[in-house]
Amino acid sequence: MTSPPANAIPRWTPDQPLVRIRDVHMAFGKHVVLGGITFDVMKGEVICLIGPSGAGKSTLLRCVNALVPIDRGSILVEGQEVNDPKLDKLALRRKVGMVFQQYNLFPHRTALDNIMMAPIHVLKRDRREVEALARALMRKVRLDGKESAYPGELSGGQQQRVAIARSLAMQPDVMLFDEVTAALDPETVKEVLVTIRELVEEGMTCLIVTHEMGFAREVANQIYFTDRGIVVEHGPPAEFFTNSRDPRTRQFLSQIL
Amino acid sequence: MIAVRPGTLAVLKPFRLAGASAPRLRLSTRHGALLAIAFLLAVGVGDAQAGPGPASILATLLKWTPLLAQGFALDIAMSFLAMGVGTVAGVVVGLGLISLRAPVRGLAWIVTQLFRNAPWLVMLFYCMLLLPFELHIGGMTIPLPDWVKATFGLGLPVMANVAELVRGAVRSIPFGQWEASEALAFTRWQTLRMIILPQCIKRMTPPWMNLYSILVAAMPLTSVVGVSESMTLTGDILSSEGRSELLVPIYLYLLLWFFAYCYPIARATAVLERRFQVR
Repeated sequence: MTSPPANAIPRWTPDQPLVRIRDVHMAFGKHVVLGGITFDVMKGEVICLIGPSGAGKSTLLRCVNALVPIDRGSILVEGQEVNDPKLDKLALRRKVGMVFQQYNLFPHRTALDNIMMAPIHVLKRDRREVEALARALMRKVRLDGKESAYPGELSGGQQQRVAIARSLAMQPDVMLFDEVTAALDPETVKEVLVTIRELVEEGMTCLIVTHEMGFAREVANQIYFTDRGIVVEHGPPAEFFTNSRDPRTRQFLSQIL
Repeated sequence: MIAVRPGTLAVLKPFRLAGASAPRLRLSTRHGALLAIAFLLAVGVGDAQAGPGPASILATLLKWTPLLAQGFALDIAMSFLAMGVGTVAGVVVGLGLISLRAPVRGLAWIVTQLFRNAPWLVMLFYCMLLLPFELHIGGMTIPLPDWVKATFGLGLPVMANVAELVRGAVRSIPFGQWEASEALAFTRWQTLRMIILPQCIKRMTPPWMNLYSILVAAMPLTSVVGVSESMTLTGDILSSEGRSELLVPIYLYLLLWFFAYCYPIARATAVLERRFQVR
């Protein structure tokens, strides 16, 4: 694999959007999933995407780290165009961390190994250094003592926190959370949300797809309500939840709140 | 109440590894007991037929046991080699089956289908007749005795079956594992090597062991092409003894050997299968 020369990457400065999404279109066959989405995520900002299922929220997250190709439009991550056939996908994914609804931990490795694998094999970092980092991350997600547990021995909430730690071990610039509490028991939802809130307080840039309205209201700088592949309405949480103008937003909120 | 045709409710079917459609060798203690009883009966009948005079059937069998053991050892050695060669080649072909490159995938598919569905005896004959009796590489001459060619011939179906096992096992790993690995910037080869294949080994072990016991049971096929393994030697013993009453007991005796070898493998396979199913 050849990486493009350094001068080919447009220079990005922190005052520009960290993620810049412009008129993104994407369809599975005839089914339009994204019908022209546009928004910016600034460094340190927290964006919550809400909306009915099938609105394309999860697909949009997957487009940001090139797990799903887009048909039209542009996504820039730190100035790097995702919709570029010459894109170095691996370089992009080192900057973008992702946590999934189903945790997707590697069941044949211990919690600590799950966290250590990518930094060692992808970033080629020193094993001892990585182990220290991984142990620190286990403490951070309040799972110290579970280092040698296998994913199958952990509860859903614990697995999801390991998954967050695994993603953080790559030291990404932006984190994508795809309905990370949707598969959890109500009791364990909170422990995962607390972990994410701590990340937010540390200034992590986050793009969060969630159905937890209370949480979104609390952590988000901006709420985007999407339906059928387009942004219907957006605004800061206080305004969004009290003064939503679009009837679709109001209907959705009345169903969920 | 909705009428449901039997076999249409997929969710109720027991777990089966995708692609693991090889026939199953299910040996139980009962089979062993039946075999032993049949053998003892045959020995008794044989002795009664012979009447007084010649050595007893058991004594004759015992006399030939060292020779039979030699032949059986060759059977086992060939089965080990065929399994080893077939497994290594099969993993390569199996990775070809899941390649992202269509030509590689197509070629691997043809190889797999050809060697998985062709009769084993046909492949054996092809290898015996098409491979030379010696190979000249550089200045070296490597002899290829019959048993080596036969081993290669039986390694081919093993390869094709292992390829299918690999493909089925890889496909049975949830898609989320691939997605998570991709998101962590693992390359496809790293993902396969460190995340997907290690999870496949556990799933593949029982059907792989099953394949081995089927291979062992197929080793006497090589007698047809003249390899002096246990089946050939049994024929030789019969013709040198020239006693027709020995015919049934000696083949049952040989069958007991094969049973004694395959039975523990079949049991271990069943135990592993059950254990992996529970988890």
